[in-house]
Amino acid sequence: MTTETHWDVAPGDRPAVPASERSASCGLLVYTIGLFLAAVLTATSFWVANTSAIWAPGVPAGLAVLAIAQMGVHLVFFLHITTGPDSTNNVLALAFGVLIAFLVLAGSLVIMANLNENLMAHGEMPGAPAAYTGRH
Amino acid sequence: MNVAVEMDAVRHGELLDVSEAGPAPKRNVAAFGFWIFLLSDIVMFSALFASYAVLAKATAGSLTGAQLFDQRNAAMETALLLLSSYSCGLMSLAINSRQHLGTFLGAVVTFLLGAAFLALELREFQVMIALGAVPQRSAFLSAFFTLVGCHGLHVAIGLGWLVLMMIQLALRGFEDVVVRRLHCFSLFWHALDIIWVLIFTIVYLMGVLP
Repeated sequence: MTTETHWDVAPGDRPAVPASERSASCGLLVYTIGLFLAAVLTATSFWVANTSAIWAPGVPAGLAVLAIAQMGVHLVFFLHITTGPDSTNNVLALAFGVLIAFLVLAGSLVIMANLNENLMAHGEMPGAPAAYTGRH
Repeated sequence: MNVAVEMDAVRHGELLDVSEAGPAPKRNVAAFGFWIFLLSDIVMFSALFASYAVLAKATAGSLTGAQLFDQRNAAMETALLLLSSYSCGLMSLAINSRQHLGTFLGAVVTFLLGAAFLALELREFQVMIALGAVPQRSAFLSAFFTLVGCHGLHVAIGLGWLVLMMIQLALRGFEDVVVRRLHCFSLFWHALDIIWVLIFTIVYLMGVLP
């Protein structure tokens, strides 16, 4: 089947490699590298959350970066999503999913933070009408 | 087949356009369709994450995340799920080289690690409920049980699916349709691990920061 390589690979399949370079140990190596990287990133996440060596306000950002890195490791080494030309469809679908997830998350957080702020400003307004504070 | 060979000879190995190459192999179509489903599942989880992030501080005077969450338990769950993702990867290698024994071994290890994960999670829920931290106690707890419980439900469904696939493999061997389903299962299992990365970061690590 010479034409098969012209298709995008299925998600989860490794990109087409010449038969001469393909071997069972190669696949094992890919998964093992992925496991190692993911374990290192997980351990770092737990360390970052519990250490006092890092400036405390920077910890959430650090955790976010580590989580995104680990998701990348999972995508590349476990799901074999690559930037190769035979993976375009899979990457485009993933990009669309990530876009929607980002819009849902960021949109909700921004809107709710904004609402919270506005509600608080009302409650704390000096001389607010009794109806707002619940006093009669 | 002859046509394909001739065309290749004419084009000197040039890539065929999508319009000329004919329908894609069924394996690619099935896996791509399942990939779309997984992405829609991730979109659903993003809504659950958004509601958790919004409601995380709305504890209604009840127990907070910092009081409830046990990081050692979360670390063990993470390790179990990561290892089961790895053994699932090894299982798909065995499937690609059509090894019965390797596939069954990979499936058993994957199942046991996944079941251990689920057992730890259920025990954690039990402890929380015993402390009075039930889903209806506060908005934070509702969001927590929905998010983490939904992931746990996915894991439970995945375990049932794995058992069914092993039965099918035993009855039918490496038929194309069985291999396709096994491939979709491994995609599902790896995707669950990706979602767990976000859960342990956002819920268990960021949730207990001072």
